Amino acid sequence: MTDFDPISPSARPLAGKEIILHDMCLRDGMHAKREQITIAQMVTLATALDDAGVPYLQVTHGAGLGGNSLQHGFALASNEEYISAVASRMKRAKVSVLLLPGLGTMKDLHAAFDAGARSVHVATHCTEADTAPQHIAYARKLGMDTTGFLMMAHLNDPKGIAEQGKTFEDYGAHTVYVTDSAGYMLPEDVKARIGALREVLKPETEIGFHGHHNMGMGIANSLVAIEAGATRIDASVAGLGAGAGNTPLEVLAAVCDRMGIKTGVDLFKLMDIAEEIVTPMMDHMVRVDRDSLTLGYAGVYSTFLLHAKHAAREFGVPARDILVELGRKKMIGGQEDMIQDTAMTMAKARAEAKESGLLPASSQPERQVG
Amino acid sequence: MTKIKCALIGSGNIGTDLIHKIKRSPVLDPVWMVGIDPNSEGLARARDMGLKTTAEGVDGLLPHVDADGIQIAFDATSAYVHAENSAKLNALGVLMIDLTPAAIGPLCVPPVNLRKYADERVMNVNMISCAGQATIPIVHAVSQVQPVRYAEIIASLASKSIGPGTRANLDEFTYTTSNAIEVVGGAKKGKALAIINPAEPPMIMRNTIYCLTEGEPDRDTITDSILGMIGEVQKYVPGYRLVNGPAFEGDKVAVFMEVAGLGDYLPTYAGNLDIMTAAATRTAELFAEEILAGTLTLSATEAAQ
Repeated sequence: MTDFDPISPSARPLAGKEIILHDMCLRDGMHAKREQITIAQMVTLATALDDAGVPYLQVTHGAGLGGNSLQHGFALASNEEYISAVASRMKRAKVSVLLLPGLGTMKDLHAAFDAGARSVHVATHCTEADTAPQHIAYARKLGMDTTGFLMMAHLNDPKGIAEQGKTFEDYGAHTVYVTDSAGYMLPEDVKARIGALREVLKPETEIGFHGHHNMGMGIANSLVAIEAGATRIDASVAGLGAGAGNTPLEVLAAVCDRMGIKTGVDLFKLMDIAEEIVTPMMDHMVRVDRDSLTLGYAGVYSTFLLHAKHAAREFGVPARDILVELGRKKMIGGQEDMIQDTAMTMAKARAEAKESGLLPASSQPERQVG
Repeated sequence: MTKIKCALIGSGNIGTDLIHKIKRSPVLDPVWMVGIDPNSEGLARARDMGLKTTAEGVDGLLPHVDADGIQIAFDATSAYVHAENSAKLNALGVLMIDLTPAAIGPLCVPPVNLRKYADERVMNVNMISCAGQATIPIVHAVSQVQPVRYAEIIASLASKSIGPGTRANLDEFTYTTSNAIEVVGGAKKGKALAIINPAEPPMIMRNTIYCLTEGEPDRDTITDSILGMIGEVQKYVPGYRLVNGPAFEGDKVAVFMEVAGLGDYLPTYAGNLDIMTAAATRTAELFAEEILAGTLTLSATEAAQ
């Protein structure tokens, strides 16, 4: 497909590199669907992705194992039901799950394994890797492909990320991920963190990158990650994911194809899946808009987006103001309860300010960012 | 006035904070601090505060129990060690206040069930977890008014306030707290979530409590019940504060709390540790009051209930 390019893919600098793509539609995409993807939709999409040669698919509630809750929403089926429905139909693809210690437990992981999951992202905030030793050890005991997943990685510097990654490796993780949960990172930020990890990790330990497209950087960031040594890249077809979505997988596959990076996926099949299966599933167009751009710009956890919009309707404070305040208060993934709390506090303060004549009826723009 | 003599097992931050709280008590007197490392800072701090110390674990304390009249012991070690400590001290008639996740004895949240355990003369009470102490009173306040079919709590904790033991065993925290939301809080099903936030300056402990009631929540009665319960907890944790709510949405009741510590030894942001030491002290005080009044006599037992 690249005959018309005067520069042959094999002549490009990353030519010949092999990467493993990991689709997030059926996990991160659950956030964008308020956890309302049916088992039938999951099976349709997963079998199509399997057929297109995507090697790993993540399938759980958006918040992972144990995610069904008032805090994170209740999905249409249990994680075990989703996983077993998908895993039993996979010809080649492996089904993975997400586990956040403090929410998911080893019991949940065991149940997911019994349902057919064979890979796990054990996710902690980027400074808290030491809350995951028992979960990583347990995943290894089950014989799972085990990843330590450092969320909100922009909030730790390259040296700190390297230390945290080493901790995950010591616990037994096969792979360490730099996770740009807020879609905040710029290419040089990704490069520095992946490079720092590559320096300290064993050669056999893989490095991964998980991007969000809030600043439009999903593809660019994934490419610098590959350049700096990452071999696993999370993405989702048509970008179905939290915030402005994940790195769009079919776009990344096309770029990799042009650059001679081997992914093993069938690009045209993925384009068709994006157009015919994923896009029609969307409740809202998953794209960079005012609020998702705010997430990226202010460094806020992407999943907060829809919760902030809900709170905005409920308490009459603009979603963007709530998101910026959450960034300022340094709230991290899992603190979705603080969105309503923050909106209520802001609404009270604004009502008082209005009464005392300090604030005009319409809210003032805020310039602060987190 | 006579005070009940206490021993503290575990010379970490919790142990040191306990010394401060017990020293202030009108009915408790901290006499012994038990550690396992002769060079530990915690034992040195305890000596500076006038306590006798041993670095030989609970075995170093046993020969002195009788002579020094120790009647109550606080255990802030680990679930694994606690079982042994409890058996040995119970055998000498010492009441155990358990701050580990061991939960050999009944689960205690002072304003909910302390009176009952004092009346039952139990020799070991478990303090559940910090999140349990901070949230179960609210769940109970709602379930007193009308049945709670599901309760969920989210505890946000400052990274600096979470020690290595909790970090390495986060699942135990989840299981223990979830179970206590049901057993003590009165919810038919309970779920506990913990978030560890590294923000600087450290964030004050936050707790959100969600309850789903059976039928439309009785807003006024539930609100009164929650406010009353907050007042009860504030008697021993003054920094226990309602930030927002109770907010009602359908059958959901949402309550947003903050717990600031007293800053005795642990910083004020570590309300999670403070509420444990405060609840443990409050628990010991009720038993001590009964002993001093002559209405309770501790007796040696083979093993804890």
